[in-house]
Amino acid sequence: MTPRQNAVQLSQVSKRFGRVTAVDDVSLTIEDGEFFSLLGPSGCGKTTTLRLIAGFELPDRGDVFIGGKRQGETPPYQRPVNTVFQNYALFPHMNIAENVAFGLIMRKVPKQDILRRVSAALEMVRLPGMEHRRPDQLSGGQQQRVALARALVNEPQVLLLDEPLGALDMKLRKAMQLELKSLQERVGITFVYVTHDQEEALTMSDRIAVMSRGRVLQVDPPHEVYERPLNRFVADFIGETNFLVGVVKAAGRGKATVAVDGQLPLEVPAERLPGTGEEVTIAIRPEKISLHAEPPDQRAVAGTVDEVVYFGTNTCYLVALTDQTTVTVRCQNQQVGQHVSFPQGARVYLHWQQESVRLLRE
Amino acid sequence: MQPTRTRAIEKIKAMKAVKGTRRPRRRRRGRWLSRLLSLHGLLGYIFLYLPIVILVVFSFNASRHAVAWRGFTLDWYAALFTNKQVGAALVNSLIVAATSTAVSTILGTMVALGMERYEFPGKLPFDALLYLPIVIPDIAMAVMLLLFFVLSRMGLGLMTIVISHIAFNISFVAVVVRARLAFFDVSLEEAAQDLYADEWQTLRRVTLPLIMPGVLAGGLLAFTLSIDDFVITFFTAGPGSTTLPLRIYGMVKLGVTPEINALSSMMLLASMVLVLLSLVLRKGGGEGIELA
Repeated sequence: MTPRQNAVQLSQVSKRFGRVTAVDDVSLTIEDGEFFSLLGPSGCGKTTTLRLIAGFELPDRGDVFIGGKRQGETPPYQRPVNTVFQNYALFPHMNIAENVAFGLIMRKVPKQDILRRVSAALEMVRLPGMEHRRPDQLSGGQQQRVALARALVNEPQVLLLDEPLGALDMKLRKAMQLELKSLQERVGITFVYVTHDQEEALTMSDRIAVMSRGRVLQVDPPHEVYERPLNRFVADFIGETNFLVGVVKAAGRGKATVAVDGQLPLEVPAERLPGTGEEVTIAIRPEKISLHAEPPDQRAVAGTVDEVVYFGTNTCYLVALTDQTTVTVRCQNQQVGQHVSFPQGARVYLHWQQESVRLLRE
Repeated sequence: MQPTRTRAIEKIKAMKAVKGTRRPRRRRRGRWLSRLLSLHGLLGYIFLYLPIVILVVFSFNASRHAVAWRGFTLDWYAALFTNKQVGAALVNSLIVAATSTAVSTILGTMVALGMERYEFPGKLPFDALLYLPIVIPDIAMAVMLLLFFVLSRMGLGLMTIVISHIAFNISFVAVVVRARLAFFDVSLEEAAQDLYADEWQTLRRVTLPLIMPGVLAGGLLAFTLSIDDFVITFFTAGPGSTTLPLRIYGMVKLGVTPEINALSSMMLLASMVLVLLSLVLRKGGGEGIELA
């Protein structure tokens, strides 16, 4: 098997705007045919990273490679990438066919090929027969598909998408997520997808790069990012997480024993062993915790139910430990009539599998 | 260490929060004030437009003396079209207006694009200088230009008038085009470049078509300003380069005749059509850009 070629590679790239460092020493390798997401809160540098790949911004330091070729100061119109813009950026003075054909016309593709490829592209995004409409006659979702067709018709090596679903309503967004994913699998083009929506990144991506303050904190497949966050920011940004502060009592053989809330010490798996006496944070997802009226074993942590919130598919319990730390627990409502198992004020025991807990160091 | 704040807690708080809305209080007073203001406005309009109405009415007056009404006639308009001097002045005016409009529209649009798109040292002072021809008195500009032409030993004539008109029109075109560019979505240009259009193709296929209403409006404004400019033209004109406003001035010196009324009325009509066209262009065609 031949090794997979890198579609995009960023090597120690930095970009400053005045005094703000938008992208800070970022190195990334995006493989060919991958659905790669840049995920982070607004202002984390994800859009700037995308613009550095597209060529709208040039790095102050470092190099951008596309298909193994160093880009240097190559202008956007000479890069083998196409972009789907956040606001779609359809040309308002052209009809849909002219919009989609724009890239092909610029590259002087023969006219018959243009007509064929434009209608094929519109077919692909399920907008056939829209050729003569104007952009402002289409709905947001339709404009979004035109923007997609306009980029994909050029068969780029890499498709860059800057929060393309941000302007759509919830239901349409969900539908488009699945559609985008299946489209990407069909055309086999590398997608670099910028989003601040962690759920979107989790459902669509092959790999996710979590960014904060211009830096890449973790690059991993969705389940790894979710189940094994490398640090507190990632654990907090992606999904819900309970953070419990504890003191290391002992460490060894890939495990650390941590005392939380003055209760019995817990054993936590640790890749890098902390020192004894060190203060550490352990992270646990709300759905990984189960509630019990009686302690099922020695490792259970005691608490009191503070609030109960019913969410339909699950019920959320806020459990106060003795040191006033609140732990969120989500219980699936598998059976009718069991949506509240523990009333407010009830004494409960929290229990989880040892492997569900992550040890984080600040 | 703070206790963990979860989204669930925030959700509960949001549900508990009570919304406070206040109804705007209706105004009872001010009805009389508003009537008074309307009257004031009406008087203002009468003051501005009554002389124009009188001018137009008397251009149809059958009397040679402009003061009394002696019946309707189109004679003065007929006389106008056979007047050779007025014809020559009209040709001069059109030459000056067309040339200065063409040049200043191109230069003004380029200035607007440059000022809107690029950062360069000395941009701020340059920006201020750009507005200068709009704010300084015509007479100052006229004297300045005359001095410039005398010092540079240029013979006064149509050429110097054209140059002078370009000098003030660039600013007006630039201002109008910049107003249009301010609403321009830069990502449209980025999209064009992303789709393999180089800088020139982007300008020709995306930027210019989208700002064209602004460019045309600027051009029409320039044309209007040029065709009825008097002060600057008066100072920079030479023998044989009499424009229409200069000709009218010459005629008025011999007394205000209905013929002048007719000529002025026609210029008024032409100006109004041009300004209206310019306004329509400036307003129209903008929806697409704001949407995108």
